[in-house]
Amino acid sequence: MGNPNRVKAERGFMRWVDDRFPATQMWQEHLSRYYAPKNFNFWYFFGSLALLVLVNQILTGVWLTMSYNPSAEGAFDSIEYIMRDVEYGWLIRYLHSTGASAFFVVVYLHMFRGLLYGSYRAPRELVWVFGMTIYLVLMAEAFMGYLLPWGQMSYWGAQVIISLFSAIPLIGPDLAQWIRGDFLVSGITLNRFFALHVVALPIVILGLVVLHLIALHEVGSNNPDGVEIKDKKDASGKPLDGIPFHPYYTVKDLFGVAVFLFVFCVVVFYFPEGGGYFIEKPNFEPADPLSTPDHIAPVWYFTPFYAMLRSVTFSLFGLDAKFLGVMTMGAAIAILFVLPWLDRSPARSMRYKGWFSRIMLGLFVISFCILGVLGVLPPTGVRTQISQICTAVYFAFFLLMPYYTRIEKTKPVPERVTG
Amino acid sequence: MKKQLFALLFALVPLVGVAAPSSDLPYSMTPDLEDKASLQNGMKLYVNYCLGCHSLEYQRFSRAASDLDMPQDLVEDNLIFSSDLLFNDQMHIAMDKGDAENWFGAPPPDLTLHSRLRGTDWIYSYLLTFYKDEDQPTGVNNEVFDMVAMPNVLEPLQGVQEKVCPEDEDASGDGSCDVLQVTEPGEMEPEEFEEAVYDLTNFLAYVGEPSKLQANTLGPKVLIFLFIFGVIAYLLKREYWRDVH
Repeated sequence: MGNPNRVKAERGFMRWVDDRFPATQMWQEHLSRYYAPKNFNFWYFFGSLALLVLVNQILTGVWLTMSYNPSAEGAFDSIEYIMRDVEYGWLIRYLHSTGASAFFVVVYLHMFRGLLYGSYRAPRELVWVFGMTIYLVLMAEAFMGYLLPWGQMSYWGAQVIISLFSAIPLIGPDLAQWIRGDFLVSGITLNRFFALHVVALPIVILGLVVLHLIALHEVGSNNPDGVEIKDKKDASGKPLDGIPFHPYYTVKDLFGVAVFLFVFCVVVFYFPEGGGYFIEKPNFEPADPLSTPDHIAPVWYFTPFYAMLRSVTFSLFGLDAKFLGVMTMGAAIAILFVLPWLDRSPARSMRYKGWFSRIMLGLFVISFCILGVLGVLPPTGVRTQISQICTAVYFAFFLLMPYYTRIEKTKPVPERVTG
Repeated sequence: MKKQLFALLFALVPLVGVAAPSSDLPYSMTPDLEDKASLQNGMKLYVNYCLGCHSLEYQRFSRAASDLDMPQDLVEDNLIFSSDLLFNDQMHIAMDKGDAENWFGAPPPDLTLHSRLRGTDWIYSYLLTFYKDEDQPTGVNNEVFDMVAMPNVLEPLQGVQEKVCPEDEDASGDGSCDVLQVTEPGEMEPEEFEEAVYDLTNFLAYVGEPSKLQANTLGPKVLIFLFIFGVIAYLLKREYWRDVH
């Protein structure tokens, strides 16, 4: 920096670029002059961490693709080839398999942050909707990725989930067959899932992440107090409670990255199977269409919805239980999309909402976790009853929201952030 | 900031995963991949007693030699019996799958990933709990795998094990006769045999995931780096944030 000639040359180069491409402008709009509230707390680490995990998945995924064989005959063997004969193949594979679970951990915490501080409220509805779409596509991405190792749980998990589509009246069986490309899950299914997993869905996810960030930077970030920092600006037009994202939040997030990677690497190096929840035991046996494992459970991040599906054990209005279960599962995800229009509270953040909202959020989180546990376990009479109650609580949280957020007594929202 | 750090660590706890549910296996063992003598003995036992029927399709002799500190000539002379197999080959078997199916009802499974599929406790318990049962075609049955098709190939070492009534009536409580005891001694004492089975199971634990050795070497280095990186990142953050009020 000391050499004036060099500084001049660098400025000259940037001017040349800026005349042709808005590099400096983009840098400023999204980083150095993007003003974020200064009171971000712990819950605000997970957005940047999700981006980090996405990059990890793409990079490790590209390298896995170099040695993976997407065929029913070769898939399982090629995974072991990667684990044993490819230099650092085991590390690349575990970074990818652990990364899949880590992705859902950080995304769930990121979504919880949104619920806690009302980050979905106007004018951030589209930020939330784009985010929910990412979550939906991510589930498809993870589901298709899980088939690729072609182990027993890969195979039977896919068989069970795809067969859910056959519950849809009239078109169901044909639809399920169209998805599989065969009468049962086969090498054809594996090939199409591979194409979707490594090409189509990653492109969609990346596009959605861009939309999510553009929408966010258009309206500005929310904060734990849920107050709009753009309402109070200084003479130069900067928000009084805002600080430039770079360098303040880049260095803070860097620290979050270090802590996250530490925990992540402990898992990658010492517990890559995640106690049988990240890589399930039956997946160490090649897929066998003639032998069903004793107990088929989806990977942990799907189990809350799987438990809701199984909780519907009764027919209603001439619709059979399986179809109603599928509808329930679909509705559980769909209802998240309309959340911004269900919340009628004068306050955004849980800090100023009333007790009703707090209790409902608490019950919602507890129910979701219980459903997650029940989805892993084989169903029994009592477990099914518990999952029915939890499913009811899950929906009550959303469906009653227009009422309890309106009638409850809220605290006055401060004009400025409280730190 | 300290509070946030703890909170972040707490929030990441689910990543470590919940421990797998405990089972009711009679024996348990903890693999020790640093005990090369045990792994070498395990490989010797495997090659002599198991490799006739159970292949290790993904495990190369050469990889085992380098991981278990065995010179190539020693492995070639003592552990590779088939003239069709080379040092760099995987540990295949000569037995035809169709023949095996005729003889045993089902072909003996490949065991490369068995320690990860069933768990080492299962393998250890399985190998220790064969007992005499004249009703079975092979003359033996197994505590953890009822009606097992595999004969007790380790019987020359272990001796004949039978289910007997406990000497102390209170031991079983209900007076049932299901205590396993060696009634005809084999080449090894019971403790010696248990150790041999430990070595064999330990070897299968290694075979299931040879990369564990690399992970154990690389892991601490990566974690130390990340710790130092974290401290520097924290100090950098504190320095920058000094002017935020």
